[in-house]
Amino acid sequence: MTENHYQGKLHHLQKELMSEYYAALTASANGSGVPAAYLLIGGNPVELLRAFDILPVFPEVNALQLAVRKQSLPFIQSAEFMGYSSDNCAYVKADIGMYFGGRQTPFATIPEPSLLLCNYVGCNVYLDWFGHLAEFTGQSAFQLDIPFIRSASGKPSKEDIEYVLRQLHHLIERCEEITGRKLDEEKLREAVRLSSLTGDLWAKIKHLTKRTPAPYDAYFDSVTMMAPLYCLRGTPQGLEFFETAYAELLAKAEAGIGPLEKERFRYVIEGPPPWPHLRAFRDMFSRWDAVAVASTYSTVGGLWEFGFSHDPDHPLESIARHLLEWNLTNRNFLQRYEQIERYLEEWNASALVIHSVKSCRLFSAGQGDMREYFTKRGVPTLLVESDLEDPRYFSEAQMRNRIDAFFESIAHRPTREGVTA
Amino acid sequence: MKYAAGIDVGSTQTKCIIIDENKRIVARALTDTGANITRAGERGYEAVLAAGGIAREDVLCVVGTGYGRFKVSFGDLQITEITCHAKGASMLFPDTATVIDMGGQDAKGISVQNGEVVDFVMNDKCAAGTGRFLSTAAETLGLSLDEIGAISLKARNPVRLSTVCTVFVESDIMSYVAQGKKTEDILGGIHSAIAARTIALVRRVGLKPNYTFTGGVSLNVGMVKMLEEKLGAPLNVSPDSHYMGAIGAAVFALEHAMSTTAAS
Repeated sequence: MTENHYQGKLHHLQKELMSEYYAALTASANGSGVPAAYLLIGGNPVELLRAFDILPVFPEVNALQLAVRKQSLPFIQSAEFMGYSSDNCAYVKADIGMYFGGRQTPFATIPEPSLLLCNYVGCNVYLDWFGHLAEFTGQSAFQLDIPFIRSASGKPSKEDIEYVLRQLHHLIERCEEITGRKLDEEKLREAVRLSSLTGDLWAKIKHLTKRTPAPYDAYFDSVTMMAPLYCLRGTPQGLEFFETAYAELLAKAEAGIGPLEKERFRYVIEGPPPWPHLRAFRDMFSRWDAVAVASTYSTVGGLWEFGFSHDPDHPLESIARHLLEWNLTNRNFLQRYEQIERYLEEWNASALVIHSVKSCRLFSAGQGDMREYFTKRGVPTLLVESDLEDPRYFSEAQMRNRIDAFFESIAHRPTREGVTA
Repeated sequence: MKYAAGIDVGSTQTKCIIIDENKRIVARALTDTGANITRAGERGYEAVLAAGGIAREDVLCVVGTGYGRFKVSFGDLQITEITCHAKGASMLFPDTATVIDMGGQDAKGISVQNGEVVDFVMNDKCAAGTGRFLSTAAETLGLSLDEIGAISLKARNPVRLSTVCTVFVESDIMSYVAQGKKTEDILGGIHSAIAARTIALVRRVGLKPNYTFTGGVSLNVGMVKMLEEKLGAPLNVSPDSHYMGAIGAAVFALEHAMSTTAAS
């Protein structure tokens, strides 16, 4: 194992700030009076909630936190006992199981929602998830209907933007009803300004992995930064976190320090991680001195590294553009290919790894074609499958076999170093 | 004379090969893996040494492969069986472009160029299309695994299986038995279904002749014929095809020993 067990300031600050965030959730659950909104990661319009002092709660983040702590299975099983299919999205099952388990997690008590904001409608399972939560919680779900990107240019039409803007105005009305306050436009602008600065820093952080060695792993280390990106974006704390992270990672880049002692393979990775087996999965790459220099997963909540920035002068329009255009989940397949091609080229990566998720057919569908597309273009591409939440779908021996064989195949044998375990 | 050894600790059986400096196979050993994988590697190695009458100190290098490769604690290197099958197949059949491997629990397709893996594909956590499927079918029919291939060749009206699931095939077979279907026709249907499934898997890395068939199922003459029919091309099959992973591992071991010697 050649991994530098680096735990810098950003890790400590992440833990501290996320603990504060979870404490706020628990306080809300215990009657602090601060309303909570459940919303989804894909293009999350968290700035609007900030303007009303509504706490954002991400059921996906809660579910993955349970999985990382190896706590997801009992909740998944309890949802299956209720009747959820074994093929159903395991995020949904973990969340529903947790909800009926008294909303108790090892990191927080999750508050009841004052608002169920289904901001990503591209997944019918997610629509049903929030539909079920509406039934269980007694709150009606507010569905933001975000049209998929359909144009060849990859841009939303003027009508698309207007359509989303109209819905955002309805959402504002709902937030006004919940809080009993009119929208404070200055407060919204400030949240968007903070988001803009945060997003710019995140983009700069993403570009740091173009360097050799990459100062951090753009998959396994990015996930440390993704929770603050969603849960704290639009706040001074969120900005502080990204200022610290950028300064620290820039210093590492300048000093030529990477996450591994030696960087031998640079690869791009597509798909969410197998959260219940994150450590074991990471080790399978680290032992090959392989570093992810870019990941599509780190753009599910927003794609900042290709030029997007929130605009405080046009707060609602930039929120609409974020929802429509600048997050991975709303982009079409050709755009996903293009994104990976840019990573391979501009980030100087030589291989692609696709981690397909068994219980997410929506996102995984087409990944077989994706593998073929890149293989035909001469990019060594590995497709492996497990799950993002359900620990039962991960077979360590099989996964390791495939990853070992993949790196053996691109190690230009017979160089002995290339095949030594 | 100095030697190199390859030890393939598979899910069902452990295959061991010793080659000499001229890459000639001088000893083979086949043992059941059993529950103790560490012991399986050691036991297999002892057996192959005994089979060749070779002393441990004359073996320059040992490479472990297969699922139990990390348990070959006395080995010098561990290499996946995917890479080893490609290497072994290219040693026995230098023109190999595609390896079709059917083992106890795995089915694989490996695209090969000059003995190196270009691309590979494997079955997921499902034993359809593997040796396990065939052994379940044989057991259901009260036959031994060794005889089903030859019987399947006699099929005139092969049945159409409704499943390639190792669990459900039993009830499928029983229903054909109840209908009075001939054993050879049932076996013909089974071999056809598995061959079709395996080819569909291998297609994902490209169906490029020349084909080399490896793994324990390559000993099954019915499967060889069925694959050849469906591919429309002959398969390279060696009596040692079952040992292909171990052969490749032994070749890697020899190359490693040579490069180490050259370096020193």
